[in-house]
Amino acid sequence: MLITGTRKGIGAQLAKHYAGKGYQVIGCSRKEIDFELNNYHHFRLDVANETEVKKAYLEIKKKFGRLDVLINNAGIASANHTLLTPVKTVQNIMNTNFLGTFLFSREGARMMKKNGFGRIVNLSSIATPLALEGEAIYASSKAAINNFSQILARELAEFGITVNAIGPTPIKTDLIRSLPEEKVDRLINFLPIKRYGEVKDVINVIDFFIQPESDYITGQVIYLGGV
Amino acid sequence: MTELEKILNCIYEGVDEVNEQLPDGQKLKKSPDTVLLGESGKLESIDLVNVLVATEDSLEEEFGVPISITDERAVAEKNSPFATIRTLSEFISNLLKENSDG
Repeated sequence: MLITGTRKGIGAQLAKHYAGKGYQVIGCSRKEIDFELNNYHHFRLDVANETEVKKAYLEIKKKFGRLDVLINNAGIASANHTLLTPVKTVQNIMNTNFLGTFLFSREGARMMKKNGFGRIVNLSSIATPLALEGEAIYASSKAAINNFSQILARELAEFGITVNAIGPTPIKTDLIRSLPEEKVDRLINFLPIKRYGEVKDVINVIDFFIQPESDYITGQVIYLGGV
Repeated sequence: MTELEKILNCIYEGVDEVNEQLPDGQKLKKSPDTVLLGESGKLESIDLVNVLVATEDSLEEEFGVPISITDERAVAEKNSPFATIRTLSEFISNLLKENSDG
């Protein structure tokens, strides 16, 4: 299982959870990680750098031989009014969130194709269906991921690879801490189920997507919290 | 073995992989003159994708460097490098040269 963005937040907890369950987990992040795990191998790379990603996949192929599950988790957020958003911010968000998801999916699907089996799970967000003000770029990057997941699902179906996405509600991670608390509270109150999301909620949906019985589930986006 | 022969072998490995999936009448011949793209070709577009992906994998193993044979030029060029196995091998040879020139 390969998970992107495992240094902190949801990614780190997913890595710990699945390594603990006995999966051979491969993770990656731009900066060094501060944890050690059994069944865990880490790459330091930028998910939007094609050369670095391809090199990592070559090593994965040599070391592990196959890939069954890819979780495109790496993501960054920035809340700002569009009129005040610098181009550099847009490029950073689109590169990490969308380009990274594209690159890892392309290379991952090539490996999965060989075994006629694969599960790709992409991280979307409720910011997309709720069209949240101040999150135009972040929500757009996740909208791109949704559409990409649906089309990729069609293109990869014949290889036994499913592609789905999960859209979490706010979970208490660094990504959320950068947003004003009052704004997040207002958002939580707007949800049908009024609480913060937890990583266990994300794991629950990922477990559903990756189980062998879900070979007839593809191109779906599941949002948490009733959105 | 010359570099061009090595490249041809990589393409043939890609062809082998796709031939496993193709019915007898549609299997591709392992020859430089085999048409991959165009009206006289036998390949469905998804089969061409499969040949190219499998060829890239073999090239990576043979030459030890990541290589993308489906770059923008390949798609945009008037005379497609994917027309025949020969044009594909020449295109790959040029790509490898560009890569090693840095």
